Amino acid sequence: MTKRAWHILGAVGAAAVLAACGEKPQTGAGVQHGAPLYQGTGSQFMAPGWKAGDAGSWQQELKARMQHGQNEYNRVR
Amino acid sequence: MARMKFICDAERCIECNGCVTACKNEHEVPWGVNRRRVVTLNDGVPGEKSISVACMHCSDAPCMAVCPVNCFYRTEEGVVLHDKDVCIGCGYCSYACPFGAPQFPAQGTFGVRGKMDKCTFCAGGPEEHGSQAEFEKYGRNRLAEGKLPACAEMCSTKALLAGDGDVVADIFRTRVVQRGKGAEVWGWGTAYGSRQAGQPPAGAKS
Repeated sequence: MTKRAWHILGAVGAAAVLAACGEKPQTGAGVQHGAPLYQGTGSQFMAPGWKAGDAGSWQQELKARMQHGQNEYNRVR
Repeated sequence: MARMKFICDAERCIECNGCVTACKNEHEVPWGVNRRRVVTLNDGVPGEKSISVACMHCSDAPCMAVCPVNCFYRTEEGVVLHDKDVCIGCGYCSYACPFGAPQFPAQGTFGVRGKMDKCTFCAGGPEEHGSQAEFEKYGRNRLAEGKLPACAEMCSTKALLAGDGDVVADIFRTRVVQRGKGAEVWGWGTAYGSRQAGQPPAGAKS
């Protein structure tokens, strides 16, 4: 066997033996954060009075809902 | 941007457990998991106080600090949520939480501890808002529907307030001024770092 053949055989052998030393990259998806809440759900259960995708109207809707539903002093005064 | 907060007014809570029931029903929470519960101090003694307790979505959340897999995240509105696909159910968050919020379903064989479950402020999770996958893992996403948490909206005496922290504080301030007592908000200082409320008197045992 020639010297060149020995080199090729050695390279193939090394590749086969050292293949187990390789490590697959552990790049999982990680923690997802999801879409902003003001994007809405698009379902029929969405509260009326605000526009999905508009952060300002969403905040105003929640604030109005709080005042109407949780602050009874608004009604009794 | 609104900063979502909870308050439970101990002067108003009558221990009806309506908030607990509303939460259970809204999210179809399994048996043995209590995202919200009512705690009564000095039960049976005249002057007893009840408070409704769940995840307070702390400003500097201890659960986020101790989680070894970083499954927690905070929304722009300050709601502390977690990704159940990342959670390994180790239970560290349960030890770290000052409110006992993290829950672990034990439905498997030999009572195996499942992935952590807790109050989401009715804001779902990282899945698509309103999707079936989100509902099965985290429950309803009422915030994305333009609604407030079911527990607070169902509270018959309006003891439990939820929503934008500024509005919550405004409503509570009005009450305290009107009735002239009961300014102590249990858990408020612990959750949001306020030094003006929820702090025990100097020298008192905690």
